[in-house]
Amino acid sequence: MDAIVDFLQEPWTFEFMRRGLAAAAIVSAVAAVVGTFVILKGMAFIGDALPHASFGGVAVAFAMGENVIVGGGIAALITALLIGYIGRRGLIKNDTAIGILFVAAFALGILIVSRQDNYTGDLFAFVFGNVLAVTWNDVYLTAGIAAVVLLLVVAFYKELLFNSFDSTMAEASGLPVAQLQYGLLALLALVTVISLQTVGLVLVVALLITPAATAQLLTRSLWAMMTVGATIGVVSAVIGLYIAWHADVSASASIVLTATAFFILAFLFAPQRGAVWQAIRPTA
Amino acid sequence: MPVVESATERHEHSATGPCALDVTGVSAGYGRHQALDGVTFNIEPGCLAGLVGPNGSGKSTLMKVVLGMVRPWSGEVSIFGREGRPTAGVVGYTPQIDLVDWDFPVSVSEVVLMGRFGKLGLIRRPSAEDREIAAQAIERVRLSHLARRLIGELSGGERHRALIARALAQRGDLLLLDEPFAGLDATAQHDLLRLFHDLVAEGKTLFVATHDLSCVAEDFDHAVLINRRVIAFGRPADVFTEESLNAAFERHLLVVRAGHKTFIGT
Repeated sequence: MDAIVDFLQEPWTFEFMRRGLAAAAIVSAVAAVVGTFVILKGMAFIGDALPHASFGGVAVAFAMGENVIVGGGIAALITALLIGYIGRRGLIKNDTAIGILFVAAFALGILIVSRQDNYTGDLFAFVFGNVLAVTWNDVYLTAGIAAVVLLLVVAFYKELLFNSFDSTMAEASGLPVAQLQYGLLALLALVTVISLQTVGLVLVVALLITPAATAQLLTRSLWAMMTVGATIGVVSAVIGLYIAWHADVSASASIVLTATAFFILAFLFAPQRGAVWQAIRPTA
Repeated sequence: MPVVESATERHEHSATGPCALDVTGVSAGYGRHQALDGVTFNIEPGCLAGLVGPNGSGKSTLMKVVLGMVRPWSGEVSIFGREGRPTAGVVGYTPQIDLVDWDFPVSVSEVVLMGRFGKLGLIRRPSAEDREIAAQAIERVRLSHLARRLIGELSGGERHRALIARALAQRGDLLLLDEPFAGLDATAQHDLLRLFHDLVAEGKTLFVATHDLSCVAEDFDHAVLINRRVIAFGRPADVFTEESLNAAFERHLLVVRAGHKTFIGT
């Protein structure tokens, strides 16, 4: 019994683990909430593109000796708005615009980094994440941005719902659909920024999509999908950090793979919709 | 300008008060592509009017112009005598059924409540009154027993009725319905048509874009036949002549009149 208690308590006796848990839990929860709209609007590709694009801003800020998080945020925001703008012009397909822009911003990052002498350490953290290196100031900043994002989602819930479900009717009803679309992209950019340190730009898309997709298999309303998704995100963060601590492996990878395990479970066993359930009751 | 030709026709109707919908010389399009060319017609209040024409003839664009979503290059639209973009509560609308995401996790009652969102404005939450209006609209299309169902679980006919309930919840006297018969079998279409006649009897004006020419010829009060420009408008019996149909569809269509029944086919 003591062994179990030790097993569960040991990681949290270290302050860097407590900081890491706070950051990872906040980021996972808010990423799942915004990820719900990303999934329902079929924007997964943008969810992958913005973190990559932010690397350009991270590199520019690093070279200039400025705050890299702010740099990454600005790059993600500019890319998000450009994607929205080019997509609305209708000259090329939306996913083509995304592909061109995010690779360009990422390449800009590589270009700048290749001119730096000592780039490996600091910048690597943004590629693969280093949640155990966050400071309390990082946690406070993450919490602040997360609160703003959640507040906006709650305030504009009705509009986000309407625009995601049926944007033609939303526009006919006089809703500012263009601004809502830009706003959603901006929220995505903010989530990207706070996710960078936790899981790194390669894995941000997993936090956005995997818990929300799991929740979609288990729920029957948008509210439920957001709250269940956020819960799955937080639980994945906790379990992922246990795995990282006890198995001495990467925290970000553990969190993402835990979330993936939840998705596989839901995919197989979700009531009515799961693959196993449907195999048992083929008549449904 | 075609405006001049139609002026006399418009005056005939104005004696009984403003038209439900009065479109005058509307040209519109996207970029350099012109979708509508000098479109002029009107619809009297309290009638079931059909909007027919081949694919790409500008039916959806015309609906969007009326709704104020597409600004016309020239021309005027007035709804119950008021020009410009209709304010909330004047017009109800259902888009084409395939523009809606049917996998979305929302229930029938949540979808119908969206009919109130235009009137509410940003951020404000729907009130108890809005929920009551939505519930009445669901009752009106006889879907109350399915109100809590996910929309993805509805049949084709029920999906169309849910969208019409949402248009009713907008509380407009003019309803614009884009392809409400798409994908329906004969029974479901018949049910929907009966609902349309009931709504007209209650004083609503329905403007329905459809591909079902026979249905309009048979059951509608009024027809507008377009192909970028108006080929003909008025009573279906007058509109659906072989001459105007062939002009609109640019091919030969067969019009068969058997007693008081009309069939149109290829």
